[in-house]
Amino acid sequence: MTNAGFLSAGVRRLGATALFFGRLLAQCVPALARPRLIVAQVYNTGARSLIIIMLSGLFVGMVLGLQGFQLLQRFGSEDFLGSAAALGLLKELGPVVTALLFAGRAGTALTSEIGLMRATDQLTAMEMMAVDPLRYVAAPRFLGGIIAMPLLAAIFGVIGLFGAQLIGVQLMGVDTGVFWSQTQSAVGLRDVTEGVVKSLVFGTACSLVAVYEGYNAEPTAEGVGLATTRTVVASSVLTLLLDYVLTAAFL
Amino acid sequence: MANSTTDAAPAAAPAADTVIDVRDVHYEIGGRPIFTGVSLTARRGRITAIMGPSGTGKTTLLRLITAQVSATRGQVLAFGTDVATLSTKAVYALRQRMGMLFQNGALLTDINVFENVAFPVREHTDLPEPLIRKLVLTKLQAVGLRGAADLMPAELSGGMARRVALARAIVMDPEVLIYDEPFVGLDPISLGVIQRLIKQMNQALGITSIVVSHDVQELSNIADDSYLLSGGVVAAAGAPAQLRTSDSPAVRQFMTGSPDGPVAFHYPAPDFLTQLLADD
Repeated sequence: MTNAGFLSAGVRRLGATALFFGRLLAQCVPALARPRLIVAQVYNTGARSLIIIMLSGLFVGMVLGLQGFQLLQRFGSEDFLGSAAALGLLKELGPVVTALLFAGRAGTALTSEIGLMRATDQLTAMEMMAVDPLRYVAAPRFLGGIIAMPLLAAIFGVIGLFGAQLIGVQLMGVDTGVFWSQTQSAVGLRDVTEGVVKSLVFGTACSLVAVYEGYNAEPTAEGVGLATTRTVVASSVLTLLLDYVLTAAFL
Repeated sequence: MANSTTDAAPAAAPAADTVIDVRDVHYEIGGRPIFTGVSLTARRGRITAIMGPSGTGKTTLLRLITAQVSATRGQVLAFGTDVATLSTKAVYALRQRMGMLFQNGALLTDINVFENVAFPVREHTDLPEPLIRKLVLTKLQAVGLRGAADLMPAELSGGMARRVALARAIVMDPEVLIYDEPFVGLDPISLGVIQRLIKQMNQALGITSIVVSHDVQELSNIADDSYLLSGGVVAAAGAPAQLRTSDSPAVRQFMTGSPDGPVAFHYPAPDFLTQLLADD
């Protein structure tokens, strides 16, 4: 494909996604009237991602504790380990790593599920039964993702901090009281807000991409596979890009 | 292709009992013409068969009738209104008067048989739960699958899935029931069951039925009127028995199932010998 062709295809896809976003948002209001469908999706995307999120959070926190300690020790300021780990997890690692894991774990599941529903005529059947699949299928999954992401990011942060504490305090010998008091004094409401806003935005972006790709997948085995791949790629890139924008905005 | 045989079906002044009226419809996909002037009618309380070889756009015709796509030229009238002029809301209102049976059933795979049949009722009405239960069980009883209410769609055979889909299609008591290739891939027993059910739904409930299929034999047994699509137009129309005695070569080939005729055995290709020699 030529550069111009590539660019115009990209712009077209962006436009199509934006249009889809608008139609999806319009269907979110009536979808709210059926909280049971949304709760089912929070379970589907959120609760089922818990193990991978908690495991990753623990190890990321432990690495943070180890690396942070080594670095801070050089300046004789290992007492600041708690605040460094907490701020890093809350503002950056929590939302970003959670979003990346979410794209791989939940986003792909959403895309392939909706894509297969398209391939097996289930979405057309709904349309024939005068039920808008955007309202019944797409909107609850989208809303479920938005709700699940901040919760997952919060859990990731808590477990991560525990991991950092585990290494820093239990293994490396930082004083427990110092660790926690430093953490408490360094983290303000603004930092928590930044983390929550980020994970809300990432949740919206990742869920939108997953639902869009599934809804518009070619109704073939190859098409659904390609759509799933596109979900991971687009979600990841979008997450990192939005992360920079939001970080700059919060400074 | 000559349209002369369709004169029996009055296109200009439809009878009072016409439910679906397709008038001189032209349709193309990506510049390739699918229909070049198709006209047909489905009359109230009758079974209308739409037959034709694979790839003649039978399913596309159903998509036109149910307003999933709109014709490039011509009109599709359902219950007297042009479906192309309807708003999304009106299209949904129209579809509530129609039921459609998909080729593979298209059951929702994440809910069980009972919930599948209950799905349209829950979406469109506020009926109390005991009433929904009675309604759903009645419809499942009609297709003989009341005992399968708790199974998941993945646990059903092809024929059973299609019967559940039929129960779902009739649960809202539609006026028109549309079947897309209901006989494909069924064993003889399931096929007989589906055939009987189509006839039953039509007679017991008075539902106008449109059946799209290429299974000539099965259709001839149940259809009141039939249309044969070929080459983008209606090649023949009339009672199934009339079609069988038609002297048009295209109709003859389809009804008797001969491998060669107006629809050639060979897909268009350059001369065989020339191509073989050229490859050396």
